[in-house]
Amino acid sequence: MSAVSSSTPIANGPGAAAVLAAGIGSFCVGVFAVLADKSPAIKSLMIFSKPTGPLSGVTTCAILVWLFSWAVLHARWQSRTVELTRVSAIAVGLLGLGVLLTFPPFADLL
Amino acid sequence: MEISERSLWTLIHGMGFGALYLLACSGALVELYRRYTPAAPNADDSRGNVFLRVYLAIMAVLAWLAVLSGAYIVYPWYRAVPPAATANLAAFPQRLLLSSPDTIAWHSLGMEWKEHVAWLAPICITMAAVVVFQYGRSLRELPKLRNTVLCFVWISLAAAGVAGFFGAMINKNAPVEGGATIHLLHGE
Repeated sequence: MSAVSSSTPIANGPGAAAVLAAGIGSFCVGVFAVLADKSPAIKSLMIFSKPTGPLSGVTTCAILVWLFSWAVLHARWQSRTVELTRVSAIAVGLLGLGVLLTFPPFADLL
Repeated sequence: MEISERSLWTLIHGMGFGALYLLACSGALVELYRRYTPAAPNADDSRGNVFLRVYLAIMAVLAWLAVLSGAYIVYPWYRAVPPAATANLAAFPQRLLLSSPDTIAWHSLGMEWKEHVAWLAPICITMAAVVVFQYGRSLRELPKLRNTVLCFVWISLAAAGVAGFFGAMINKNAPVEGGATIHLLHGE
């Protein structure tokens, strides 16, 4: 990837896609962790590696969602300029929710 | 002076990858803030920009190595299930912590949080590295993007800090031990 020339308008789409996908991926870590904790069926489905247990599936699924959403968003926004304030707010909100959902006392309230 | 194989891997995971990542975070935050602020005086410092790109790429590698070595090398030893009627739980850290009301929260809060929140660090720093690779100096003209990336790096620092703190405290209360013994030095 090359740096964008300062003489041409800079499309913020690829950056926005990376930021939003990171928010989605972080949120998914929390969501999958809660789902595996609450549902015995999902917990057993998440055991991709027996020694590691459900953590292996929770994190692998979150990473796959993160990379897939990144690829989709990047393809859509590759050469576009998007409303970054809104995208950033959503991304940071998802990241915050991801942190919150991984915090056991909060997850236990759900 | 000797160390067990499992202790060595725990050390590599925690001190080699995790602690180094934590140390590197402050440098990344300072450089991202200083270099890409609209009023940056040395914005044409191309060597510095290349350095920051390599620095962030190495941080991303460290973060991934930390979570992968933790989840797939150290964590299985931590959560190993003892055979029935095992009295000495020293080789089974999770069960050792759960066996006492004084230590149970190190697992139920500490490990349960650490094992998940740590994964936010590599996601955040990989994103930051890719954005810096892609935009470089142009980030000066995209302050919202730069600020969002900075926010993610701050959260990655916090996530790695939580993981590091609980990792150290859990290993203090119930160390991961076992495996082959590695002799480092022979006493006189």
